[in-house]
Amino acid sequence: IACQCVSFSLQIFINNEWHDAVNKKTFPTINPATGEVICHVAEGDKADVEKAVKAAKDAFKLGSPWRRMDASDRGLLLSRLADCIERDAAYLAELETLDNGKPYAVSYSVDVPMVVKCLRYYAGWADKWEGKTIPIDGDYFCYTRHEPIGVCGQIIPWNFPLLMQAWKLGPALATGNTVVMKVAEQTPLTALYVASLIKEVGFPAGVVNIVPGMGPSAGAAIASHMDVDKVAFTGSTEVGHLIMKASSTSNLKKVTLELGGKSPNIILSDADMEEAVEQSHFALFFNQGQCCCAGSRTYVQESIYDEFVERSVERAKKRIVGDPFNFNTEQGPQVDEEQFQKILGYISSGKREGAKLMCGGGPAADRGYFIQPTIFGDVKDDMTIAREEIFGPVMQILKFKSLDEVIERANDSKYGLAAAVFTKNIDKAHYISNGLRAGTVWINCYDVFGVQAPFGGYKASGIGRELGEYGLDNYTEVKTVTIKVPQKNS
Amino acid sequence: MTGRVNVFYVRVNVELTASRCFNTLSVTGSAICLLNIEITLALCVCCVPRERCIFLFFFIKLKKSIFWNLRRLFYGPLLLTHHQPVMFGKVFSTYNPATGEKICDVQEADKADVDKAVQAARSAFSLGSVWRKMDASERGRLLFKLADLVERDSAYLATLESLDTGKPFLSSFFVDLQGTIKTFRYFAGWADKIHGSTIPTDGEYFTLTRHEPIGVCGQIVPWNFPLVMTAWKLGPALSCGNTVVLKPAEQTPLTCLYIGALIKEAGFPPGVVNILPGYGPTAGAAIASHMGIDKVAFTGSTEVGKLIQEAAGKSNLKRVTLELGGKSPNIIFADADFELAVEQAHQGVFFNSGQCCTAGSRIFVEEPIYEEFVRRSVERARRRTVGNPFDPTTEQGPQVSAEQQSRVLELIQSGITEGAKLECGGKAPPSKGFFVEPTVFSDVQDHMRIAKEEIFGPVQQIMKFKTIEEVIERANNTEYGLAAAVFTTDLNKAMTVSAALQAGTVWINCYNALSCQCPFGGFKMSGNGRELGEIGLKEYTEVKTITMKMSGKKS
Repeated sequence: IACQCVSFSLQIFINNEWHDAVNKKTFPTINPATGEVICHVAEGDKADVEKAVKAAKDAFKLGSPWRRMDASDRGLLLSRLADCIERDAAYLAELETLDNGKPYAVSYSVDVPMVVKCLRYYAGWADKWEGKTIPIDGDYFCYTRHEPIGVCGQIIPWNFPLLMQAWKLGPALATGNTVVMKVAEQTPLTALYVASLIKEVGFPAGVVNIVPGMGPSAGAAIASHMDVDKVAFTGSTEVGHLIMKASSTSNLKKVTLELGGKSPNIILSDADMEEAVEQSHFALFFNQGQCCCAGSRTYVQESIYDEFVERSVERAKKRIVGDPFNFNTEQGPQVDEEQFQKILGYISSGKREGAKLMCGGGPAADRGYFIQPTIFGDVKDDMTIAREEIFGPVMQILKFKSLDEVIERANDSKYGLAAAVFTKNIDKAHYISNGLRAGTVWINCYDVFGVQAPFGGYKASGIGRELGEYGLDNYTEVKTVTIKVPQKNS
Repeated sequence: MTGRVNVFYVRVNVELTASRCFNTLSVTGSAICLLNIEITLALCVCCVPRERCIFLFFFIKLKKSIFWNLRRLFYGPLLLTHHQPVMFGKVFSTYNPATGEKICDVQEADKADVDKAVQAARSAFSLGSVWRKMDASERGRLLFKLADLVERDSAYLATLESLDTGKPFLSSFFVDLQGTIKTFRYFAGWADKIHGSTIPTDGEYFTLTRHEPIGVCGQIVPWNFPLVMTAWKLGPALSCGNTVVLKPAEQTPLTCLYIGALIKEAGFPPGVVNILPGYGPTAGAAIASHMGIDKVAFTGSTEVGKLIQEAAGKSNLKRVTLELGGKSPNIIFADADFELAVEQAHQGVFFNSGQCCTAGSRIFVEEPIYEEFVRRSVERARRRTVGNPFDPTTEQGPQVSAEQQSRVLELIQSGITEGAKLECGGKAPPSKGFFVEPTVFSDVQDHMRIAKEEIFGPVQQIMKFKTIEEVIERANNTEYGLAAAVFTTDLNKAMTVSAALQAGTVWINCYNALSCQCPFGGFKMSGNGRELGEIGLKEYTEVKTITMKMSGKKS
């Protein structure tokens, strides 16, 4: 690890202090490029969550420094946090790559800058999240206050550890909540480093608490805690169900979920072929295929199908898989052994169910969790690889004839996170984008994430929206205040 | 001297800063300030038991050299940048109002310079320019950086502001500079949050709006808060992506020029901000009537506001926003927290030597507490320390100019002539500089000039009222409608009066509680449009409705 700018600890971060787990347990975190242990990290469990929630609750008490702070000063703290992350960008990118396996060039030029922009964006919102005054009937004066919800549990995934942390912290802190965050056990390191920066810039103790640990223990403790007022989770749809259940059997805490997807990417025959091939490749293979919004059902119009498949295979074969610290590398390893095995299982199922393997299909190295860029042609809608989220570098290409057919097939999924359409025709672009049941539709592009634009899922892909102004809703309680007045005047 | 002695020694050597900034100052037209100040600030605070004496020693030495010799800079051709003044050597002087002495000469912009500046602003705004192609979030970054630079140079800027306007240094530092920094930061945050909408139109159409910048904005700022007013103008204009031709007041051009240097340092593309010191009837008029300026924003007197609107009407119907004068009522009910009301009413009118458009210059006091309120207000006004703005105990500095001073004294005279009761003050103290004593009039009648005209000086008018209906009517009986306040502990009175007052801002149990998040502007002849807050952005955007024919509409 290169020069360490700020010391941070491999422990649990509560009240701006570092703690061992109450039960003294630790867990190893692995470098997925080698399979070797990087270090051991304190493993938070129910008792640690208890401590963290208490700290967050205290920090949220009426009269606390955090509650009395000017909104603009909350914004300034977030802005300073962004500055620190920018300062330590190289170190954070390195740590992210080490722990997650994503290419360093991507960590440095995509993940970290997006984190900085996200925090700056929400810094600006802090003093702009306005309530309203409302002309109600009768001799009353009515207004709303946008108040923070309280203690927010946040459970984040391992595919974009830093970025997901920023997506969660940005709106929660801008609106004045306090946070108990559980980071993924596969990738706890960068989040802990950010914890040290949170302390450095001067957030009051207890405002942000970070607990590394496992889902069934620490995660479950957050989701079912009686003093956690809201829980936000990003991860699998399966766990999303558990979170919601835990909320309903405990205190009906507010729930926002950003879950899985099986996003359709529709290529019409009039699209710019070269651009469509490259973007579809990127849509699926980016981040080793470990994106909830991966374009994993590529629907190609009949007349260009063969050419599209051929060129996609050509492109996939050129994809450089290898050491994530090599600047030429496009694709690193999958995050861990479990994911690696799961993806290989899906590839077998594809072959078994009759899809045509066009390239790849196996491990790409002797050690580490590398998988060859894989493409299936002649994929049918009912095959497992066309229905389930693979979360790996496996592309499914399907054929369609008409617009109405493709809209129906694209929507025939329990998921509804993202979608894309490639066409030069203005009417077709609108017709399809309006017809798709997805929280995000990209037209002639893919994976374009502006922090200013909301993101989230229809159907089983989630509840609520993150990013943009909409993202603030999930962290706000609206209080309506009505005052009796002697006589109303407009 | 016995007791604990704390000595703070702060040396602010501005020579380097000034050299760097003024050397590279990129100001279109002839806006080049020829100033180099080395400031040595020695602040000695001595605390003596029981009796606190605070001494401040402040030395300002105008150094007679920058890079070349001063004489050449002042009188010779200026080649500091490639922007040369059109009229070589035409300058005006800016004065220290605390002494009446000249600080320095500043290049005076005229019509030809405005033409050049507009050309620069137009080309910076052309489609495909760096500024037009820039991400909104990046515009925000630049504004945020500007705020950081202002924060870095706070001490220098506050010194310069006090030197040029005469306002107390501590007030410059803690009020003006903070207000400036916060305003820039606030609008920095808006840049990428100015949302258009998509609209469910009838028929087979898809409609969306884009909030686009208006274009070249002329901005004319006053002398009472030179820095803050500059920030109020630049913040929203730049956040929305406009380009600017800004004229600071001729009385107080210095800090605005320094901001020009910081704008360059922050990295705004050339031509986005152009600053032209000069006079209203020449440079100001040229801006207001320019065919290449799309919008003009003016803060100043109602009289000039009318001229601006007229010039816009006669030229190209440029959009006009105006923030003008006021004669703001401050209503004190008998149930109010008395201490608070006296102090706030005092600050409400005397703050900034009374040179606030929001000044609470008509104090309406409910009959039962009238005598006592007058007595306490006079007592408070007598205690008000008037003097050297660089003395930390000073509450009130001079008026900004000899002209303002004589205008205030003339209005005081009219008050005496028309029969108001002069309770204290009323004249200029026998020192040099443009000072006016804190003045209180009681038994003021609504028809008197001092109750109708904006005095813009440290003169408090106290009137009596009996009923809530009466005071609402009297408070609203003015051509102005900028601000108002009510002091009461009764919720119903607060709600009733605040709803009934015709004013752009109403303060309840406080005064001058301005903040960049809250809109500010005037009803009636106090102005047009609002500054600050989200609504302030509206004044710097054109809304474009785009409607597309679409087949097969779905909800």
